[in-house]
Formats: sequence, structure tokens, C-alpha cells
Amino acid sequence: MWNKTVAELSRALQNKAISSVELTTLFLARIKQHDHKINSFITVTDELALNQALDADKKIATGQAHPLTGIPIAHKDIFCTKGVKTTCGSKMLDNFTSPYDATVVEHFKAAGMVMVGKTNMDEFAMGSSNENSFYGPVKNPWDLERVPGGSSGGSAAAVAASFAPASTGTDTGGSIRQPAALSGISGIKPTYGRVSRYGMIAFASSLDQGGLFAKTAEDLGLLLNVMAGHDARDSTSIDEPVPNYTATLNQPIKGLRIGLPKEFFNPNLDSKMAAVIETAVKEYEKQGATLHEISLPNSALAIPAYYVIAPAECSSNLARFDGVRFGHRCKDPVDLEDLYKRSRSEGFGKEVIRRIMIGTFALSSGYYNAHYLKAAQIRHLIRDDFHRAFNEVDVIMGPTTPGPAFKLGERTNDPISMYLSDIYTIAVNLAELPALSIPAGFIDNLPVGLQLIGNRFDEVRLLNMAHRYQQCTDWHLNIPGDF
Amino acid sequence: MNWETVIGLEVHVQLATKSKIFSGAPTAFGAEPNTQACAIDLGFPGVLPVLNREAVNMAIKLGLGIQASIEKKSVFARKNYFYPDLPKGYQITQHDLPIVKGGHLDILLEDNSIKRINITRAHLEEDAGKSLHDTFPGSSGIDLNRAGTPLLEIVSEPDMRSAKEAVSYLKALHSLVRFLEICDGNMQEGSFRCDANVSIKRPGDTKLGTRAELKNINSFRFVEHAINHEIQRQIDILESGGKISQETRLYDPDKDETRSMRSKEDANDYRYFPDPDLLPLTLTDKQIQEIKSTLPELPQEKHQRFLDQYHLSAYDATVLMSSRALADYFESVVAIVSNDHAKLASNWVAGELAAALNKDNIDITDSRISANTLGQLVLRIADNTLSSKTAKTLFEALWLDGGDVDQLIEAKGLKQVTDTKAIQALVQKIIDDNPAQVADYRSGKDKLFGFFVGQAMKESGGKLNPQQLNDVLLETLNQNR
Repeated sequence: MWNKTVAELSRALQNKAISSVELTTLFLARIKQHDHKINSFITVTDELALNQALDADKKIATGQAHPLTGIPIAHKDIFCTKGVKTTCGSKMLDNFTSPYDATVVEHFKAAGMVMVGKTNMDEFAMGSSNENSFYGPVKNPWDLERVPGGSSGGSAAAVAASFAPASTGTDTGGSIRQPAALSGISGIKPTYGRVSRYGMIAFASSLDQGGLFAKTAEDLGLLLNVMAGHDARDSTSIDEPVPNYTATLNQPIKGLRIGLPKEFFNPNLDSKMAAVIETAVKEYEKQGATLHEISLPNSALAIPAYYVIAPAECSSNLARFDGVRFGHRCKDPVDLEDLYKRSRSEGFGKEVIRRIMIGTFALSSGYYNAHYLKAAQIRHLIRDDFHRAFNEVDVIMGPTTPGPAFKLGERTNDPISMYLSDIYTIAVNLAELPALSIPAGFIDNLPVGLQLIGNRFDEVRLLNMAHRYQQCTDWHLNIPGDF
Repeated sequence: MNWETVIGLEVHVQLATKSKIFSGAPTAFGAEPNTQACAIDLGFPGVLPVLNREAVNMAIKLGLGIQASIEKKSVFARKNYFYPDLPKGYQITQHDLPIVKGGHLDILLEDNSIKRINITRAHLEEDAGKSLHDTFPGSSGIDLNRAGTPLLEIVSEPDMRSAKEAVSYLKALHSLVRFLEICDGNMQEGSFRCDANVSIKRPGDTKLGTRAELKNINSFRFVEHAINHEIQRQIDILESGGKISQETRLYDPDKDETRSMRSKEDANDYRYFPDPDLLPLTLTDKQIQEIKSTLPELPQEKHQRFLDQYHLSAYDATVLMSSRALADYFESVVAIVSNDHAKLASNWVAGELAAALNKDNIDITDSRISANTLGQLVLRIADNTLSSKTAKTLFEALWLDGGDVDQLIEAKGLKQVTDTKAIQALVQKIIDDNPAQVADYRSGKDKLFGFFVGQAMKESGGKLNPQQLNDVLLETLNQNR
């Protein structure tokens, strides 16, 4: 049962082949047995999970169940969970228990899903390797010497290791797609505004978007049906009707136009990676889709623009962690300034401090126009690039990452090389578009992903295309040997 | 030497919404510390702001009330600085693109002329909490009840030339926000607060002098004191060859002085940028029109109407305009006594009634004498049933115990004596009782006339018609002069 998909588990629960308590016990046991190898959880909520499973079984017994009722899920520790420690991977919040549930958490609770725990992550979602966590790095289930990607590394690794059939994540510059690719699973970042940000601890508010990890595109659709929707508590949430994401999964894709940005397939692209993507794209051609070279001329500007906008917003978003009302407070402050300085210096890790410094600089008087405003202008150019491209094609494809998972410690002293891990994903956040990553092959026995980028609110098409691919390939069915 | 003063005011108006500007927590004043602050006001991890549309509507009302431009697009920005009573580490405010631009307010000067004060802008923002430095020895307490209370900051052009003008402007604005019912106007509770930018220059100079910003001067009286004090401080510096430094100064009402809080160099770099949690605020003509249709008659319109319709003096009209309820009360009285006696009604509402309300610290809406009763009283003055003296006696009785005007006049025997024969008899008695004074008067001491009036009124209990008494006295006394 532990290696089944959400769709399969849903049927098993409805058919009473297994109870939610049995299923939950099974996954909790797997976590207990194996998670010490990869460190994907910060908090495991055994007792709560079993109580929720009991409730779920009652609902199933009385026929009041939602298709997801009784299925375990893990939440990235960036989502506030009422009465449960919510750390955001930081020492700053090591002592923080949220007084409320994030909207996303509420949605899954209402559907009767069972929360097994809170997953490890790069501190405040800043990182691409999950090495920036106060709770230690997460390891890649495919190779314990390698990173699972980040920042949602714990959520990705937990699903790859089958500690839960699905998990939530957040994606500010690739934090769902990159770890999904490096961990060999499926992950979706919806359109900005599709999923409520209320209760999701902010890193860069204009880029952050909640999303999902699962083993298949079908599972992503099942979960997105519950996760998506307008939330009056989030002013940036968009009031668009939520389609049924699983109704059109099997729709034929004949005639659909696939755009391949020439900027993604330049000579710098690793030849093995290029081969994986070419093979994947051919699969679509076989099914009747057509391939078109397109151009996203401002792609090269995405990383520099992102590393101004995201730190600028984070420098302000993280100001509330001041040791006054919650979170870490330094011992015996002598005065207010000492309280601020020591609480924040002690509570935040190196990468978080680096980004607060960069962001503070970018917003400061005299530099605002040259940095923040310029970056905001570039963001418009990038958005326009995609807008033009989607006049010509229905979906854009390319690699999710430049290569497979790198080794722990390999890039920790070189922030620029670390930032370049997100070269194919960042522009999508700047343009507020939906995108997903699905397993598309292996390089040196390590999984890599194919990225599908859609037009605004076109998650339905992305899931349809990903599902069609998974119907005729089996990359997504591979499971790391040690788990 | 001759100096010209230049004053601009920044007024923080606390909007009278039920809930906060970005959360559903209540805004009521005076609750136990930290009982009216929710997770959003406390800046908890993960919370997000949602704009209170009622605050927006109130800002639109103010904009319409000062004939300003209501902007179709305005943007909330973050003003970043660390302070314990600022939970998020930034204040959400409008920076580059405020909701209200331009506009003006006409003020009444002492010589009864009207001066137009231009308004630069008005923008929406959230208030901070309060730091309590005296409650806990050795440490400070923080009360976040006020955090997130909606404020409208109204910034004037530097159009005022004296402390008195500044006070007039402030009073006009105070009256306007209460007329529009967007602020309770309570200055003691901080619902209406003022910062003043003050500088001086030589008359004729086009360039403004370096200004000092006076912070948080929270009564009309303090505004005048603080500004006058600041003007003198600047004159003293310049006349002794010094230079004014740009700084923020705090007024201390106990010592009647201002002192430096921080200089320009110490000022925070607020790192403003558009708040990514809030979309730009967009308004349509239809929305603005809908608000416009709910607006009451504005103070300036009402003021003009009071001059035209009731022939009041500008001063009387201004006094009646101090609140919408007072103006409404006045008009209810006039409805009873007719426009012919509007001036008399105005005297009683703005005079006796206002004094009584003030003395007992009662709001006009809780007046112990209804507009209807006061109208009956004024009618009885107008038809000579009451003298001004007996009217005051009756007013006091009504104020204390209530009752019916005509019944009380009867019961207390307050009816004015208008029977000429009765007056003649009483005058004759006064003359008979005071032969020495009569002789003095008749030999030329005109001033003694008042003595006889006083004696007659005393004798009659103030019930004689003053004009008739005058006539009879003059006639009788002058008979043998």
C-alpha cells in the first residue's frame, strides 16, 4: 500500500480494502523506520494523525467521505498549523506554535486528509538544496550523499521515500519544481493567486505560491481540486472559478503546440540533459503535438531581477521577527537595540541574513531606482516575453534544472552557483505562471525532470499533458531502492 | 526685524470604522491592553492584510468634502522601520500614489474675511500600537489595541501665516470630519492629531526657510502655543546670527516649550516599496458617485446657507457649525420660531444652551432641553411674554427639572408686565422712595438713570418690559427737570 498513488489509495479506502487508521499507521511506521536516513520531517504528528484517521474512518463508514478523506499528507513547515509547532526551518521559530491554520491546511482538513507531520525545508524557504535548515539538511532518497533540492526539500524527499503519498510545498523561484525534479516525483506550482497564501509564512510575497508534490499528475489534480480557490483573507488570491482538474486528464493532445525556448536549449545545456528532454518531447510529438522554437529574449535577466525583488520583499517580510512578540528572543537584552540585534543575529541563519542585507540595500534611499525599480521593470519584460510566446504555443517545455542532484556541501560556499540551480524555474515566478515538473529520465542513476509551463490559469492543460506523458512512460513509477 | 511665518499642517484623522483597516478586530477606545488585537494586528507569521472598504469610503468622503481629486488608482506601500509598537516592522501607508490629491478648505479669519487653504493630499494608513513606559518599572509595556486602526493623513500646503490661521484651519477640518461622520473628533483620545511644519522667512522672499516639524500637538490651544513658541525660537536664532536646522521637535505643554526629538541626519531610511500583499486600490466613477450621493450638506455650504437664509453673522454661523448635531438643533429651533427670529434662536443655541452643555459636559445630542422646548421659550421672548431676564430664569428651571414652557411661566409668575398703568404705578413708587436720587438726577446726573431701572427691575422681579420701563421712567423723571 505504501507505494500506491493517492488515486489508488482513495479507491482502497472507499472499497474498505484498508482503513485510514491502518494506512496512517503504515506511513508513520515508515517515517519512524527510515526518516533518520534523510531527515525529511521536522515534526511528526503521530497522535494528531491517528485521531484524524479515526474521524476519517467514521466518515467513510457513514458514506460522508470526500475522495481524499483518510489519505495521509505532509505539510511543508512553512504552513501554519493550529496547535502544532510551525518553524519555517528556522531557529527563530523553534519555539513557535501557530494559533491558527493556514487556509490550505484548513482545506485539506475539511476534505478529511490526515496530516502526518511537518516537513523540513530551507530556512524561510531560502535555498535550493535544503542545506539551510536549522534542523539539518535533508538528503536525497536516491543518493544519500546528494541534496533533494530546495527549498521544499523535505516535502519532496518525503514523497520520494513514500513517507506520505503527497505533500504540500511552496515555490518562490523553483522551490517545488526543482526538488520534484531532483527527487524523481511530480510537483506543481499553480498560477500566482490560485492558492491562498494566508497562513503560509511569507518569503517574497509577490512570488510565493503554494503547490503540491505527488507521484503522478493525476494525484496533483486530485489534490489541487481541494487546495485551489479564492480566499477573502488573501487580497492577492484571485476570484476565478476552480475547474475540475481531473476531468480532462485523458483528453487527447493532438494538435497542441509545444514551445521550446531557444534560450533553454543553448550550447551550455548539458548534453545528457538535452537528450532527456529531447526524448520526452518526442513522446509528445508521437501523440500528435507539434514542436515550435520560441524565444524568451529576457530569460538571462530573470535571475538578477529575482535576486533583487525576492530579497527586497524578504527584508521587509522578516522584520516582524524581532524578539518582541513571538519567536527567538536573546537572553538578557540590555536595551532595545541589543534585543533586536542579538535576537535576529542568533535566530536567523547565514543565507537568510545574506538576503535581508541584499534586500535592505536594494530598497535603500538612493539605490531603490537603480535596483528595485529596475528589477520590477525587468519583471514586466519577462512577463511580456511569455505573453507573446503564448500567442504562438499552448505550452512551453524544457528542463526543470540544469542537471541532476548535486552533492551535499558542493555549492554551499558559492551562493551564485547555488542560485543558478533555479535558472529554468525563476522566470515562471516572475511571470506568475503555472508550471509543473514530472520525472523524465535519469542521468547517472539520478532522476531529472521535464518542466511544463502554462499560460495563466491553464493548470488543467498542464495536468492533462503531464498525465498523457505518464500514461505512456514509467519514469514516475521508479522508487529509490533503499526505501 | 520683520518675519513672515509659514505653516503647513499634517493632520491624522482616526477614521470611525467599526473594525481595523486591515483586520476584523474592533477599534473601540479604552479596552484592556492587547484585547483588541488579532493575529493580523500582532503581525503573526503568515497573516495577510485585507483592506476595509469602509475606510476607503470615508477617505472618498473627505476628498469630496474638500473638492479634491479622488484617484482612480492608489497604492499601499510599506514604510519600514523597527519599533516595538510596530508589530510587522513596517507600517502600511500610501506613499507615491495617495487616494486623495489636491482640494482646499476655506477658513474664517479674525477680521471675518475668508482665506483658502490648499490641501496637498490625503492618504490612508494604519496606526501603530502604544508603548507604555511608566507601567512597568525598568521595562516598557506594549499595547497593540490601536495597531491597525485606520488613519487618514491630511497634508496641507504651507499656506498658513500665523498660529491663529493654523488653529482656524484645524477647527474647520475638525468640523468637516465630524460633519462627514468619518471621525469622532475626540482629541483627548487621539482621534484627531496634528503635526505642524513651521518656518519663517523675510516678507517677499519666495524661498521658504528651513522648517521644524512639531509633533503630536493634540489640542487647539496647544497648537497655537506650540507654533507661537516655535516661531519665537526661530526668530531668536536667526536674529542672533544662527541657522535653523531641519529637525523634528516635540511640544511639552507643561513647560510650554518645544525640544528636539531628532535631526534630519538621524531620520530613518524608510525603504518604501509597494506592499506586495495588497493590490493597487482601484475606484470607478460609479463608486465615487455612490458615495457622493450619501454626503450630507457640507459645512461650507451650510455656513453660506445660514448667512443667506437666516441672516446670521459669520461668527454665529461658525459657532453653530461646530458640529452637525448643533447645527441641526439650531434649525429645529428655527422651524418653530420662524426665520424672523432666527437671530434670537442663534443667540440662545450658541449662547445659553452651549454654555450649559459645556458646563455639564453634555453633548448636544443629550441636551436636557429639547429643540422643541427651546423653540417655545424663544417664541415667548419674541412675543414679549418673557423678558431676557425671566427667560434665563425659565431656561435654568427647564435645564434642571424640565417641564412645559407656558405652564412654568404661569406657575413661576414669569410673565412680563406690559400693562403701562402698572408700570407707571411702580415707577411712581420708586420715585417716591428715592427723593435724593431723583433730585440729583434732575440736577443733571444722567448716569443715575440706570439706578432707577435697576430699582424698578428689582422691585418687579425682572418682569417689566425693558423698553416700556425705559419710556415710562424717562417720561416721569423728566417731567420736572
